Amino acid sequence: MTDMLIILFTGILVNNYPLVQFLGICPFLGVSKKLDSAVGMSIAVTFVMMMATAVTWPIYSFLLEPRGLAYLQTLVFILVIAALVQLVETFLKKYVPSLYSALGVYLPLITTNCAVLGVTVLNIDEGYNFLQSMVNAFGCGMGYLLAMVLFAGVRSRLENIDAPEHFKGLPLTLIAASILSASFVGFTGVVDGLFM
Amino acid sequence: MKKSKLSILTNGIIKENPVLVLVLGTCPTLATTTSAINAVGMGIAATVVLIFSNLFISLLKNIIPDKVRIPCYIVVIAGFVTIVEMVVHAYALDLYNALGVFLPLIVVNCIIFGRAEMFASKNSPIDSVLDGVGMGLGFTLTLFMMGGIRELLGSGSIFGIQVWGSPIGIFSQAPGGFIVFGCLVALVGVITKGKAIKKKDFSCEGCPSAAFCGQAQLPVKEGE
Repeated sequence: MTDMLIILFTGILVNNYPLVQFLGICPFLGVSKKLDSAVGMSIAVTFVMMMATAVTWPIYSFLLEPRGLAYLQTLVFILVIAALVQLVETFLKKYVPSLYSALGVYLPLITTNCAVLGVTVLNIDEGYNFLQSMVNAFGCGMGYLLAMVLFAGVRSRLENIDAPEHFKGLPLTLIAASILSASFVGFTGVVDGLFM
Repeated sequence: MKKSKLSILTNGIIKENPVLVLVLGTCPTLATTTSAINAVGMGIAATVVLIFSNLFISLLKNIIPDKVRIPCYIVVIAGFVTIVEMVVHAYALDLYNALGVFLPLIVVNCIIFGRAEMFASKNSPIDSVLDGVGMGLGFTLTLFMMGGIRELLGSGSIFGIQVWGSPIGIFSQAPGGFIVFGCLVALVGVITKGKAIKKKDFSCEGCPSAAFCGQAQLPVKEGE
């Protein structure tokens, strides 16, 4: 149980995907302008990350590795994720329209999101078992949500700030992200201290 | 409009620098620039993938049906990424370990996707290769610049040679990446007098690969 909690909180705080690991920066900068789209995007990312882990982990462990095809990992994972996202989109559209109207717009852009491919590859690299992989995917998704919500709040303040001409827009956003990132770097070691 | 071969080549280095002007491929730019050598390694790996994927997508552009072009691009790009991954693993183990997950993640690098969609699928193979070389050089040079600055400030060395005694550790950590990148983007704005980055208000709708990755559908347009 303790190791699950460590994986969960490491994913949320220490290895925060956008701010510390630099995974999924494009949507982090692009969609964080409004709080509701930031939340919708993060939930869609969490959802797809968990689905992708649930599919790619068995494929790697029971199909690729026993047959010595581990080198096909990248190719197979990205195709599986792309197909999965399409499938989920079609399924939601047909059977769960309420969820589709909330998350649907974010689904196509998740295929090329490095956070999703990243979490599936990292789960294999870390040697997690299936349950640990799922917990890690959930934790990283929650970390993404936390970072997006915090940053959406920061960005609403940035709108009216009196910054030097050339720093307005993207440079200022990046520097604000750096300050937020510094606070997440401060969590290093916290989790080990809490649960050991 | 026919562009000269030279302008296709130099386009990616300065005018349409993929990282600082088009703001593509931010994840590897921030993550792999903790030292100059890693940054150059990442840049070269991505450049090789970019050149070959551009070449092959351009050669196959009449064969690939329009409706399934994106999965086709993914397969072509992923194939070359796997080859580069194996080569780096075999001949440069240190680099392989340093880049870690970002080596397979070249697959989802929006520079490569973006060039496949915007350039290689519309132009001749030779032009596409030149575009790949130019964009790749632009990417590598920017990464080298960021890696150099971060290594110099963060660990006081350049290519591992110590030049400075009292480094500021935060520059080689995550926050330093954001700061250096932010300052470089601002610097490009100063040099080009704000002409380079038109989208002052950075968001997904201004991104050149928006149509490709689906960001264009985002409901963020109202009130802007």
